[in-house]
This record gives sequence, structure tokens and C-alpha cells, in this order.
Amino acid sequence: MESISKDLFIEVKDLHVEFDVRAGIVKAVDGMFLEIRRGQTVGVIGESGCGKSVTARAIMNMIPKPGKITGGEILYHRRNRETGEVQTIDITKLDPDGEIIRQIRGGEIGMIFQEPMSSLTPVYTAGQHIYEAVSLHRLIPVKKLGDQMVETIVAHRKVTKEEAREIAVEMLRKVGIPKPEQRVDSYPHQLSGGQRQRVMIAIALSCQPEMLIADEPTTALDVSIEAQILDVMRDLQNTVNMAIMFITHNLGVVAEMAEEIVVMYMGKQVERARVVDLFYKPKHPYTQALLRSIPRIGKKSDVRLATIEGMVPDPFHLPTGCVFHPRCPMFMPGKCDKIEPSNIQVDDHHWARCLLYEEVKV
Amino acid sequence: MVNYILRRLGYAVILTVLVSFVGFVIIKLPPGDFLTQKLEQLRARGDRSAEAQIEALRAKYGLDKPFMEQYTTWAVGFLKGDFGESFAYERPVRDLLGERLWLTVILSVATLIVVWALAIPLGVYSAVRQYSLGDQIITTISFIGLGMPGFLLALLILYFAIVVLNQDVLGLFSPQYQDAPWSIGKVLDLLQHLWVPAIISAVTGAGGLIRIMRGNLLDTLGQPFIEAARARGLKNRDVIWKHGVRMAINPLIVILGSEALPGIISGNALVSIVLNLPTIGPLFVQALRQLDMYLAGTCLVIFTILLMLGNLLSDLMLAWLDPRIRLE
Repeated sequence: MESISKDLFIEVKDLHVEFDVRAGIVKAVDGMFLEIRRGQTVGVIGESGCGKSVTARAIMNMIPKPGKITGGEILYHRRNRETGEVQTIDITKLDPDGEIIRQIRGGEIGMIFQEPMSSLTPVYTAGQHIYEAVSLHRLIPVKKLGDQMVETIVAHRKVTKEEAREIAVEMLRKVGIPKPEQRVDSYPHQLSGGQRQRVMIAIALSCQPEMLIADEPTTALDVSIEAQILDVMRDLQNTVNMAIMFITHNLGVVAEMAEEIVVMYMGKQVERARVVDLFYKPKHPYTQALLRSIPRIGKKSDVRLATIEGMVPDPFHLPTGCVFHPRCPMFMPGKCDKIEPSNIQVDDHHWARCLLYEEVKV
Repeated sequence: MVNYILRRLGYAVILTVLVSFVGFVIIKLPPGDFLTQKLEQLRARGDRSAEAQIEALRAKYGLDKPFMEQYTTWAVGFLKGDFGESFAYERPVRDLLGERLWLTVILSVATLIVVWALAIPLGVYSAVRQYSLGDQIITTISFIGLGMPGFLLALLILYFAIVVLNQDVLGLFSPQYQDAPWSIGKVLDLLQHLWVPAIISAVTGAGGLIRIMRGNLLDTLGQPFIEAARARGLKNRDVIWKHGVRMAINPLIVILGSEALPGIISGNALVSIVLNLPTIGPLFVQALRQLDMYLAGTCLVIFTILLMLGNLLSDLMLAWLDPRIRLE
């Protein structure tokens, strides 16, 4: 138990995020649980609007207005880079423009976004973006010979422009941008979509974060570029050992990237398992339906692809009981529409939120 | 780039010639000229030598010559720095404008600074604190500024200053300093008068700018690169100014070039008339009414040149600020 808790990096516990819009209150995240260990890749999948991106932004404590974290906690087990001491902070309690969260954003948790085309500020070059990030987070220790002839760190200084440029060129080379010495001075409009996403990754990694949140990083790119970007991310993860929270609605991508998968539906975690277990032994009817909707090579072509019945419910009028019950093929009348299921461990390292696995009295 | 600037300057020269010609034609369009008006006046006073006097003046100013010759004589003189003579003042146009030029420039630059120094921060505040009480107040005032003509506001302020504060705020100087040499007292006196046009320009000029700044910044702050900048750990203030305002400022640069630079010379003519300010604006309006054609034509050409220069400068500034804009 001791070693497990030492490895924990982020723990999202019963997180609630609400958006107070004119038509009413939308519960974008409604009792979400998530655990990410150091160096681990967790895939978060779900339909559009299920709260994946909002959960990610909550971890960065940058929920856009009019959203608000209304409950739960996000525990961040912060390790001091020099002493190795671990200190636990609740991110939801931090001032959203305060010193600590600004050190965490970019410096300890990096983030890349869905829209590489518009995630770079058009008037700054790739190098300027990297310089901006590096000058905030990458401090160079100033060493001095102490009493016992041991070098001790007496202070930290910011990187200089020249050092930042070297870092920028180096990072661009690492993410596979050709001619990085020239590209470092390119403006975003002079780069292609794939190159821009590489630049975004380079910016995020230039500060050596311990976790990278990738919010659908390849959705806006075509498939061949997508494969390249995924390769870049996997290679880098192997060399720098950071955790990745990989958000996507693409089941193929997540199977390739992640060790563990969390399936979200209407702001909740409905299933959590290791990749292999989730794909071969899905427990939750929603996950099973999702997997049935993937086309398979070799299957008879005259069989229509399975779809999930019904529509995503209206966020202002959520179904009672289990939110998935109106669309569920295993719907048990009198049970699923009355009782809200809780998170049940159904197997070794496998959890599902479904009444099929829960003993309840009606 | 050099090619582009040269080409733009070439167009500017052609356009200036066209504007001066058309301006000349329009000033000439009403029946009669300045001298026929004067003749009527002299006759009414019963001046017997009126006809002869007028004929002499007509010959002096070259008004007896054909239209094209009048225009070319004036245009060639213009290039040499001789802008012709004002009929109404019976003095060279050059001296008339020269007298008023630098007071006009001081007044305009002062108000320009006030307007911009107010409009940009207020617009930014309004956008960042959208729908807050501060935003509502700023929005209300800027709509009043947009909707109310400057001269009406000038009348209201005059009434307030003279009747309530019992202060003489007309013109730029009190009578005792009008022709006095420059001294500390005169400067203080100038400042005492300057606040009225400054407030009027601030309210009427800043209103539109605040709205533009607010709208643009709101659009920009919704862009993904703003969120990306915040995710890099930037301070909120840096996100807003270095990424938001930096991107949202472009339309204001265009306005700075196309409205503010010509405005420096002309001033707000109507406000100047109401407040009795000795700027070039009222001179131009009066010249048009009296068919004082060389004076009016010269003002028109100078405004045109400044407008085009302003446009060119703002285009160059935009290209310098935004790498996506390339001038060819």
C-alpha cells in the first residue's frame, strides 16, 4: 500500500463541475473519480460533452466561465524536485491566478490542445512561445563551493535568451521538426497543422513537466499525421518518464497509447480497467455498446455497424437512477430508473458503475 | 517593402492632384465668386468706385483668367510652397495657416493622448470584466459619447462652466494673455482652457474606441491560444496584455492612421467653432462658406495628404505588428 500511494500523482475524488448558463445549470462533471500514477498513461474516453475536457481543465484549475468546481477534490501529490519530498495539495482550493497553480501549470503539468491551428498566438514565433514557457518554469541552479568543498545550490536564475533558444531548437528537433534552427523563427501561419501540434508538444515538454494532459491532440489532424504525432508522444514518454492523461473519443488511438482506460458518460466514470481487460472483457453496457460500434476488418460487410440506441440526454433533464438507463440494452425496469449505481470493483483492477454488478434492494 | 512604399507614395501623389482638382471645381461650382459677394457689399454701402476696385482685385488674384489656368497657377505655386492668397483676410494662406498650425497641433495631440490613454484601458477593463458594474457604467458613457454630437456636449459644458462655475473657458487664452509673450502664467492659462476641449474629445472620441477595443478583445479572449497561454502558467495580466490585447489592437491602429493623423490638423471643426478655438477647422469651414477658394483648396489638399500618409503609416505599422500581413 505504501509504495502505491507514493506513486500516485493525481487523484480526482468525487469532482463536481457545474456551468450556470441562462437555461439552467449543466452538471458537466458529476461525481468523477480518476487516479493517475507517475509515468502512467491513462486514456479517458467518452462521447463529446461527457466532461472529459472539463475534468482536464479542472486539474489545471482553469475552468472557463461560467463554470465552477462545486464539489470534490483534486489531490496533487507534488514532489519537490530537489529534496524528493512529497506534499499533497488540493488543486481545487488554490487561487486560480495564484503563484502555486501558475508553477504547476506548464511547469509540472503541461497541456496540449485539440486545435493546433489556433493554439499558438499568431504574432509570436515558435521559439518565442518556448522562451515564454521556459523563462517561467525552467530555473537554472546557481552552484557555489561550500565549506566542505561540496557544491551547493545557492539560488536559481532564469534562463537567458541564448539558452532558451538552444532549448527551443533542441525541443523542436526532438519532436521531429525538420531544420529546427530555421523553424524556431517561424510564425504559426508558416507551419502546417502537424508541425504546429509538434510545436505545441515541444512547448509543453520544454519545461520538463511530470504529467502531460493531451486533450484530443490528434482530432484535428489527418490520419497519417495523427500516427506521427502519437509516435512522437510515445517516444518522448519513454525517454522522459512522464504521466500522460490522454483524452480522446477515438478507441483505436487510446488502445495504442494507454495502459489504463477510464470511460466517461455524462460527467461520471462508468468503467475503469487495464486496456486489455477493457477491450476483451468490458463490463459496463455502455462500454460494450461503444466497442460494438467500431468497424472490424474481416467482419461480414453486409452487416450494419451497431449503434448506441437513443440520444445523449438533455443536460437540463437528466434521467433518474442510472443516467444511461434510457439507452441501455440491459435496462432493468424498476431498478435502473430508480437507483443510482455506485462504483463497484468487478474484477482485479476493474471497476464499473452498473447495477448489474451491485446487490441492491428495490 | 521599399517598392511597396514607393508605389503607395506614387498613388498618393496622383490622388492628391485629383482631389485638389475636384475640390477646386466644387468650390467654383456655386454661381459667382468671393468678389461678386464683395461687390454686392460695396454697392450696398454705396461705394462708387466699387466696380473698379473689384476689377483690380480680380486681375490681382487672376480670377479673370480661364479656369484651367487659375488651377495650374495655384497648383504650381502650391508645389513651391506658395498657397495663394486668402480673399477674406487679404493675406497669404501660408501665414494664416502657419499662425494657427501649432496651436491646432498642440490641442489635437493633447486630446489624442487623452483619448487613447483613456480608451484602451477602459476598453480592456470592460472586456475582461464583461457585464460587471464597471463595464455597465463604461458602456453607458461610451454610448452617450457615440450618440451625442461633440458641439452639443460643448454647449452643455460651456453652460456649466460659465453659469455654474463662473469661469471663462472660451478660446484657448484669457484676453489678457491673448497677445502676450509666452510665460508660465500664459501656460497655466492655456491649461485652464484646455480641459474643456479635452473632455469633449475624450467623451466623443473615446466612446467608439472603447466599444471597438472591448468587442475585439472579447473575441480574442475566446480563442484557443488564450487558453493555451494560460495553461503555460502565465499570469492572468500577461495573458490579457501580451496575448489578448496584442492581437486585438489591429483595428485601432487602422483608426489611428486614417482618422487621428488628419484630425491632428483639422481638429474638430464644429467643437472649435462653439468654443471659439483658434484652430484650422473653423478657418476651413468659414473659407468654404465665403468661397475663399485658395484657402479652402489648400486646407483640402493638406487634409488629403495627411489622410493618405496616415493610411500608409498605419498599413506599415500593421505589417510590423502582425507577421501574417505582408505588403507587396
